[in-house]
Amino acid sequence: MRDALGSVQSVLVLGATSDIAAATVRALVGRRARRVLLAARNPDQALALAEELRVLGADADVIAFDARATAAHEELARAAFDRLGDIDVVLVAFGTLGADVGLASDPAAIAAVLETNFVGAASAIVPIARRMVDQGHGTIVVLSSVAGERARKSNFVYGASKAGLDAFSQGLGDALAATGVTVTVVRPGFVHTKMTAGLRPAPLSTTPEAVAAAIVDGLARRSEIVWTPRLLRVVMSLLRHLPRALFRRLPV
Amino acid sequence: MAGRLLTGWGGTAPTRAHVLSPADGGAIADVLGGAPPRGVIPRGLGRSYGDAAQNAGGIVLDTTRLRDIHEFDPANGLVTADAGVSLDRLLAVLVPSGWFLPVVPGTRHVTLGGAIAADVHGKNHHRDGTFGRHVRSAVLEAPGGERIVLTPDGSPDELWATTGGMGLTGVVTRATIALTPIATSWIAETTRRTADLDETLEHMSAGDRHHQYTVAWIDCLARGRRFGRSVAMWGDHATVDELPARHRADPLARRDRRALASAPWLPSGLVRHETVAAFNELYFRRAPRSARRIVPLDRFFFPLDALDRWNRLYGRAGLLQYQVVVPFGREDTLRTALEVLNRSGAPALLAVLKRFGPEHGPLSFPMPGWTLAMDLPAGRPALAPVLDRLDELVAEAGGRVYLAKDSRLRPDLLPAMYPRLAAWRRVREALDPDGVMRSDLARRLPALIGRG
Ligand SMILES: Cc1cc2nc3c(=O)[nH]c(=O)nc-3n(C[C@H](O)[C@H](O)[C@H](O)COP(=O)(O)OP(=O)(O)OC[C@H]3O[C@@H](n4cnc5c(N)ncnc54)[C@H](O)[C@@H]3O)c2cc1C
Ligand SMILES: NC(=O)c1ccc[n+]([C@@H]2O[C@H](COP(=O)([O-])OP(=O)(O)OC[C@H]3O[C@@H](n4cnc5c(N)ncnc54)[C@H](OP(=O)(O)O)[C@@H]3O)[C@@H](O)[C@H]2O)c1
Repeated sequence: MRDALGSVQSVLVLGATSDIAAATVRALVGRRARRVLLAARNPDQALALAEELRVLGADADVIAFDARATAAHEELARAAFDRLGDIDVVLVAFGTLGADVGLASDPAAIAAVLETNFVGAASAIVPIARRMVDQGHGTIVVLSSVAGERARKSNFVYGASKAGLDAFSQGLGDALAATGVTVTVVRPGFVHTKMTAGLRPAPLSTTPEAVAAAIVDGLARRSEIVWTPRLLRVVMSLLRHLPRALFRRLPV
Repeated sequence: MAGRLLTGWGGTAPTRAHVLSPADGGAIADVLGGAPPRGVIPRGLGRSYGDAAQNAGGIVLDTTRLRDIHEFDPANGLVTADAGVSLDRLLAVLVPSGWFLPVVPGTRHVTLGGAIAADVHGKNHHRDGTFGRHVRSAVLEAPGGERIVLTPDGSPDELWATTGGMGLTGVVTRATIALTPIATSWIAETTRRTADLDETLEHMSAGDRHHQYTVAWIDCLARGRRFGRSVAMWGDHATVDELPARHRADPLARRDRRALASAPWLPSGLVRHETVAAFNELYFRRAPRSARRIVPLDRFFFPLDALDRWNRLYGRAGLLQYQVVVPFGREDTLRTALEVLNRSGAPALLAVLKRFGPEHGPLSFPMPGWTLAMDLPAGRPALAPVLDRLDELVAEAGGRVYLAKDSRLRPDLLPAMYPRLAAWRRVREALDPDGVMRSDLARRLPALIGRG
């Protein structure tokens, strides 16, 4: 169960090899989470994290999960609840940037970004949400992005996938009203992780640990939306209202 | 079955359950007999602060339709009533006949069943013990399908596992309580301001011997020389002679009972550091340095009931109450706890300090020592490590946290805080072999009943 200050006992991580996911699950175990299931495309690559979490006192295990294998998502949800019992938090952290996916890409590359970030996320979340409704409680933490606030010309496919995921998550949150299950949408800016390695940092860039702290904070406050860093809320609200002709000319 | 989102008084950690409102013990037995996998927990008026009366995904039995007072004999001072009746309703019947409940918590708006299940204490614990000590008999719908009449002589283990058992031994449907005679509905109250913690502890220790009721309000935000300053209060039921002449004709009439109507204009989220500091200062300054006066019993026992649903002042994130007891001789821990909270900058409204007498049931909270209780806003993540640290200090000192108030205890410390937990679990398992009784509290503190 979640407690009054947002500490939780059991966590399912989808995309456990993500740097942000690793930092967050460490923070949650530091705040007394004791049962963790790490779902990753290559579960072997999550073994080290599982071991680290065991040293911190959690009972941690790994399981195979591919965001694009939607036919297996119902079974994943079943297996996760089987292993963890109640799931207090599911952290939806997988994603692909597709840094150079755009106008020049072939259709399969375009589809891969959308299938992973949007289709795969929606498909994986719903069977988990349904079981959370049955257990009468739970928090779904979804890694969206500031990129979804307004798709930029430089990565409009990724931006569109996050816009879709963000809208899906908010709508799901409303559909879950009064079920005891809530959705927290996390919108980070530029985070230094392997996803962004080699890219030029955007202003207000941050770290996985800072994002993790913001998520822990959001759980305590029962926030529906978490901006990290916080200042991005203001920045993005300005950007969102910028006239299209101007926005298009920004060097972003 | 109606699904409903429930929280405790603190408004934290809402979960959804199927809420049933049975009209009699038979209907309750049926529910227990056909319980779903996520189990059943009874709920009274939801005045426990945390998740004790919640059961996510399972059944919550709202007991408040069981509200008859079956027998009240003003000659021998015994009352028999349904478990869902509120102490407010009981007092409305008892007081005019010259009887009072043997133990009352800080609000009248709790049920008889809730008072038993939390084994509540009042300002007279040092003399009269907990509520459970005055239960002459209690009817328990045990989850194994039996209806058992629990009595202090016939079934002390089961009775004492149920008082303080937080609903996890079954559903109490009816109880007989031994009452306290009173001559008036007034309290002779002595108030005294103390300058610092040492003076507070000294006055409290001395006052216990002479008065039935004692309590002190500590200003947790005061620092430096004023650290631990308090308004200490002692009270006894007033005799007719002590009343002002104009009240002697009708000495048992109640005053000051009405709450201000539920106030939609109450600003939500008013509780912040500045407002709390100002309130504490005002409260302290308004208290007389030393005074003796006659006050209506409702003002003495239930000052907070004057403001309906005051918990809304804490806004959407809600509040929590941190209530601990540390044994006599460990005043150092009390001091450290106050210092840690003081330094953390958490806006604690006046905290309550009291002295407890002997220990009772295996899961009952009171033990001989000092109890400190304070309300804190929940929407502050920084509080989590601070309170975790306090849990540790309290456990080390041999003290404990009150489950009826708790919403965030460090789960690993429960067995140390309640050393008779294993004995309680054995009685519980005999009463509930299939593990029907479940609550969010029990899920959050897995050592409590030892299942998921
Ligand atoms: C303002 C305020 C002041 C308070 N002051 C004090 C105080 O001074 N001293 C003190 O000890 N407590 C105090 N409390 C706590 C309160 O007295 C207890 O939490 C009490 O249990 C609340 O009763 P309830 O009817 O609201 O029960 P709920 O909160 O609904 O339930 C509390 C527990 O009792 C169980 N329960 C309820 N009914 C039954 C039943 N029929 N059979 C079996 N189990 C049952 C529930 O399962 C749950 O575990 C205070 C609370 C508030 C809000
Ligand atoms: N970094 C940023 O600047 C930033 C900003 C805003 C939002 N975000 C979002 O935050 C989340 C975490 O990102 P991160 O920065 O931690 O990046 P990361 O370290 O690259 O993590 C992303 C993870 O997603 C996994 N993944 C990709 N495709 C998958 C699939 N089909 N099935 C299962 N897993 C798959 C990857 O697993 P493999 O190890 O198997 O490749 C990778 O571990 C992502 O949703 C990202 O979009 C990141």
